[in-house]
Amino acid sequence: MMSDFPEGQELEQFIKRRRQKGLIWRSLFLLATTLGVLVLMVLLLTILNKTLGYVAVRYRMEPDELVVALYRTIMLDASQTQTLANPADLTRGLAADPDGVGIMARADFEATGQGLRVVPITDLSLQGVVVVVSEANTWLTDLTSLELMRLFTIATTWSELRPEWPQRPIHRWLPPASSPALHAFIAQVYGEDPRTQPTEALVAMLAMHLSPGAMRQIMAEKPLSARTHEDFYQLLVDRVMEPTILETWSFSESILNRKAIQARVAAMPDARLEFRRWITWDFITSPQSSRPEFAGVRTAILGSLWVVFITLLFAIPVGIGAAIYLEEYGSGGWLDQLIESNINNLAGVPSIIYGMLGLAVFVRALEPLTSGSLFGLVDPATSNGRTVLSAGLTLGLLILPLIIINAREAIRAVPQAFREASLGLGATQWQTIWSHVLPNALPGILTGSILAISRAFGETAPLVVVGASTAIFLDPHGPFSKFTVLPIQIYQWTSRPQAAFQNLAAAAIIVLLALLLVMNGLAVYLRHKYRRTY
Amino acid sequence: MMNTSSPYVIETQDLNVFYGDFHAVKNVQLRIEKHKITALIGPSGCGKSTVLRCFNRMNDFIPTARIQGRVLFHGKNIYDPDVDPVQVRRRIGMVFQKPNPFPKSIYDNVAWGAKINGFRGDLDQLVEESLRRAALWDEVKDKLDANGYSLSGGQQQRLCIARALAVKPEVILMDEPTSALDPIASLRIEELMVQLAEEYTIIVVTHNMQQAARVSDYTAFFTVDEHRTGYLEEFGPTPEIFTTPKSRITEDYITGRFG
Amino acid sequence: MTRERSAPEIHESLRKRPRWGETVIHGLLLVFAGLSIVTTLGIVLVLFSQALHFFARPEVSLARFLTESQWQPQIGHFGILVLINATLLTSLIAMVVALPTGLAIAIYLSEYASHRTRSILKPILEVLAGIPTVVYGYFALTFMTPLLQRLLGRDVVEVFNVASAGMVIGILILPLITSMAEDALSAVPYALREAAYGLGATRLETALKVVTPAAMSGLIAAFVVAISRAIGETMIVAIAAGAGPRNFKSWREALHHLALFNPFKGAETMTGHIVRISGGDISYESIDYDSLFAIGLTLFLITLLLNILSRRIVRRYREVY
Repeated sequence: MMSDFPEGQELEQFIKRRRQKGLIWRSLFLLATTLGVLVLMVLLLTILNKTLGYVAVRYRMEPDELVVALYRTIMLDASQTQTLANPADLTRGLAADPDGVGIMARADFEATGQGLRVVPITDLSLQGVVVVVSEANTWLTDLTSLELMRLFTIATTWSELRPEWPQRPIHRWLPPASSPALHAFIAQVYGEDPRTQPTEALVAMLAMHLSPGAMRQIMAEKPLSARTHEDFYQLLVDRVMEPTILETWSFSESILNRKAIQARVAAMPDARLEFRRWITWDFITSPQSSRPEFAGVRTAILGSLWVVFITLLFAIPVGIGAAIYLEEYGSGGWLDQLIESNINNLAGVPSIIYGMLGLAVFVRALEPLTSGSLFGLVDPATSNGRTVLSAGLTLGLLILPLIIINAREAIRAVPQAFREASLGLGATQWQTIWSHVLPNALPGILTGSILAISRAFGETAPLVVVGASTAIFLDPHGPFSKFTVLPIQIYQWTSRPQAAFQNLAAAAIIVLLALLLVMNGLAVYLRHKYRRTY
Repeated sequence: MMNTSSPYVIETQDLNVFYGDFHAVKNVQLRIEKHKITALIGPSGCGKSTVLRCFNRMNDFIPTARIQGRVLFHGKNIYDPDVDPVQVRRRIGMVFQKPNPFPKSIYDNVAWGAKINGFRGDLDQLVEESLRRAALWDEVKDKLDANGYSLSGGQQQRLCIARALAVKPEVILMDEPTSALDPIASLRIEELMVQLAEEYTIIVVTHNMQQAARVSDYTAFFTVDEHRTGYLEEFGPTPEIFTTPKSRITEDYITGRFG
Repeated sequence: MTRERSAPEIHESLRKRPRWGETVIHGLLLVFAGLSIVTTLGIVLVLFSQALHFFARPEVSLARFLTESQWQPQIGHFGILVLINATLLTSLIAMVVALPTGLAIAIYLSEYASHRTRSILKPILEVLAGIPTVVYGYFALTFMTPLLQRLLGRDVVEVFNVASAGMVIGILILPLITSMAEDALSAVPYALREAAYGLGATRLETALKVVTPAAMSGLIAAFVVAISRAIGETMIVAIAAGAGPRNFKSWREALHHLALFNPFKGAETMTGHIVRISGGDISYESIDYDSLFAIGLTLFLITLLLNILSRRIVRRYREVY
């Protein structure tokens, strides 16, 4: 029989071609999928990359200088202390004083230190500087770093450090205030970072660098006793150190071009290179600020929470109510069909159109209501309807179709048998809905509502149109407050030319994504926990 | 290609099928004779459909399915690693329980399989010939452009048969081909099967014993043991199975005592 | 023991009584459902009335609105086409990115991927879909634009450009296309695949020649919804596409070297323009304010048309299996 299909050798070739084609396409499909996953990873990495990295900072007062200045003053002011500029003079004087103890550069000691010996510090290895005593001193064979700290500041007699030591006053021999040796000693013994200093030291630093008037003002704002260590540190940064970020680098740049960055910053006058984490507790709890060094997202987070709270209050009951009506009461008449196709259309309207609706209706037409003037509740900071309430209602309208569509699905999934059983017992329709339909549909409704709310949480465009304010420094405190929200904060920071704001935007994005992740996690958890058993 | 003198087209040797840990079919030995109709019957869950799908490797698409033993097609084990399952299915066609035409025109339904298999001849002629053999030509010759789903259920099933014939298979597997059809449509399919047996080898799974008795030359009776594993209880010429079964279980089943 | 009741008593007990509570609840729920209609009416009313306000101004005319080659309402130019052009450019680029990729991923997920792979990949797509658009805007500005600049040169690619915004919109709508397309493909009955395999078709032939055509209506609907989403997308274009309309003195100038369609230069879209103008403190009496609603109306009508179209397609070409 003569066949019109390929046979034999030809068939082999034909099959091979088909196989090859299948393989090529399959690889293409796989490639596209990999690409999709890759994009998500690149997206997240791009953002994370900007939340860590080197910054070039210029301080009015550098942090280590702040610490050194404090301890230098304390050390120089301690009793029985003398400073000698010439190391030879210091050697000569100290060698003749068995009750004395001194600090000198190691190089100086090696050059001139006859009659002196070095005291080893048991838990610290000092670099470039040594603690020395006269060879006539018999007791000082070792010191702990803690003893060392007290030795040059608050201790007055040797026996205060160790009871077995003589009860004679300590004589302190120091190089002059400006010497690198003293700087090195303080940095190594007392530390360089103001953050790690005890609270008293922070207060002392503030007092040293601020005028008495400024100190009084700070105390008037909030008494010192009520302030925490962190408060004092913030005060020091804001009022004394006053850093300015000159340039920023991403994490990858910081790792890969480290040398080049270091060279570049070294060439900038008065600039210091620091490694900065942009997402910190300070960032989350600080209010908005026009200076990137101090800016935080507290105002924006609170704004988002207020707006979403209003959205929730409005959209959830209305959305669920509408869903109940359409599923349980609707008879499929022309009105129901109109409502249904209308809801589907609304779900496809661009979100910015809702913003325009909100602007025209809530902000302008209903201004007396949304600004609170109708209730005599006008916020002193507002004079129009661009409030939390307007924003919340606008987003409410925006997510209403979503909530209705999700809730209808959940209600539809409740078996008809439940309704029949309830109605068969003589329950009214509402009793049936309330006690049988809603409780069974609730997990589904909740899950859908949370997803809708998280959509509202990330929504930006309509709120820009409704008029989230550009600069809000006060926390919102009610429905009639002016506000900003997290996505808008991100938008504004992204639009600023200075590099530091890009890093802030990245940090704020991570905060936003984390909050959304929590919400979505909650939805997944609910879906899982109340998985249907019927 | 039909270069073997053996009268058996398909032969199974110790065929076992597992779905994950579940042993679905145990030690099946079957010989399918050329140009005959072989019916696989048995109670539901006995694995007759599973065995049928082993004949053209349709079980490959069930991720958990695993096959042991051999299925010989003209003496060649189709589960050998050097065998292309796509070519197996082209030689051993299949008709399914529910009519499943493609959502394409009647013409395209029939022509599609031939096209992908590299057919170079006259497509129009092939379509007509296939539809004629499936006894559908007279009903559809004026509406070849109509969607396959515009036909009635019985016509759809004959369209599916025509579609299978168009790729010139040797064997046609039919998985309960009439279970979704009304009695009259079923009867037409049965007549068609008898006609087709002149040129093709047909293996049909059916739950309808009268159908098996009416159309088949051989009958294989499958049943399940206490572990729900299917096995071949009895195999032989249809008249023998239905009149003088060797096995007590077969007798109970065909006389309607269980199943 | 209850006393046996007389027939009149029973008749009395069956009598219909008004249930005020039920009626009130029914009414309230109807109002809630009806609110969606009020919303639509509100949108239409607000957009039309304010747009009328705009067109009623002596300097504005519909003809100039539809034909001029620049959009600068303050100095008397109202050519919406430059904004629409930018919107179409970004959307087109987005579709070029998202359509083939999304379809390929959908085919991979529904026809090739194992159950396990699918259970990993689908949540990843859901995560992508849940990321707020402002984040994508940031991504466009800080990743895509520098990437394009590095590949093509800073003199070719401006900081704000249509290409990077369009590509990132493509990434944004990718999960939407993928999940809708995957739904459409998965809805094709398994029996059709079996039929194809039974004829000796390979997996690819089955996927491309049987499953995809069978799912065509759902796929087209997915594309239309995605286009509508791309056209309405705001934050990405507001951040990355441009800070002003791409104006031209004349159409002749616009078409010179096809400058109108250059994807590597900035251009403001309809949505981007609305956001930028309304972001500042805008006076309700200004022509800017009124002009926003004319743009909004245009945008609304375009997306409404697309949405209706997509549902038509689904209904009209709903497949019979």
